[in-house]
Amino acid sequence: MTVEAVVFFVAAALALGGAAGVVLARNPVHCALLLVVTLVAVAIFFLLQEAQLVAVVQIIVYAGAIVVLFLFVIMLLGVDREESLRDPIPYQRPAAVALGAILLGEIFVLAGRTWATGAPSVRGSVRGRVDGQDLGNVQRVARVLFTDFLWAFELTAVLLVIAVVGAVVLARRSGQRAQLDEHEQAIEEQITAAELSEAAEAEEEPVTP
Amino acid sequence: MSLAALDITPNYYLVVGALMFTIGAVGLLLRRNVLVMFMCVELMLNAVNLTFVSFANQLNDIRGQVIVFFVLAVAAAEVAVGLGIIVAIFRRRRGATADDLDLLKDPSVDEVAQ
Repeated sequence: MTVEAVVFFVAAALALGGAAGVVLARNPVHCALLLVVTLVAVAIFFLLQEAQLVAVVQIIVYAGAIVVLFLFVIMLLGVDREESLRDPIPYQRPAAVALGAILLGEIFVLAGRTWATGAPSVRGSVRGRVDGQDLGNVQRVARVLFTDFLWAFELTAVLLVIAVVGAVVLARRSGQRAQLDEHEQAIEEQITAAELSEAAEAEEEPVTP
Repeated sequence: MSLAALDITPNYYLVVGALMFTIGAVGLLLRRNVLVMFMCVELMLNAVNLTFVSFANQLNDIRGQVIVFFVLAVAAAEVAVGLGIIVAIFRRRRGATADDLDLLKDPSVDEVAQ
């Protein structure tokens, strides 16, 4: 086998094994770590297909940022308990597996008929010279990203700003709600203090005849 | 075809992508932990990214790789908002599973079933 074939099959085993692990592992922390295995394997696939920039971005953004965010939320919320195997909806698991099999069959049937075709891009190719120049992968991506896709690129910036604002609004407590929570906490503290003093009095009582 | 002459064609990558997408979809249906369901969505997005890059390579067109960029940006935005929603839900109720989020369910349905 060629080197490419060996790398491909190792990466494929890692990708599919990691993906199956995400679905099957019961502890969410294990799921997140197995997701990293899959993401790295997909980055290897990108490298095999002359997509160096996307491979590096995949590692930095997915494995570096998104999975860390997942782990942050898992730790923050303390949901690293194992999921119970009790099935509240009967037949959910067989139905899910059957629907998955149907989906896979559907993909292969659709893929067997027609492939996406069309005129190749004038501005950017993956291999070969562009405008008589021998460009690297980053230059090729940048040329198309900042010309043909400039409008979409600007919209991405807007989308990210909206997402950040939305995440902050969702995650912070509103002023009124925070006041209410503080009020409840104060009442609870008073109640526990009263209980403690009562308990202390009850303990003292037998001493005094 | 002998094993020594095995050539990796773009179709191999597409098959892996299809399998990864299916595993993600099955996981989304199977799991009830909201965070793990989110990870399954990421798996499906990754499978589509792999398909895009495979077609970019096959058709010798860099635009497939550019689209992957946008998918990455949308995935990042989606995770930020989605995890914000999960944190907000957790503050109200202690459940981590999708089954606990039954606020819109008609309570009489349960009574009839029992």
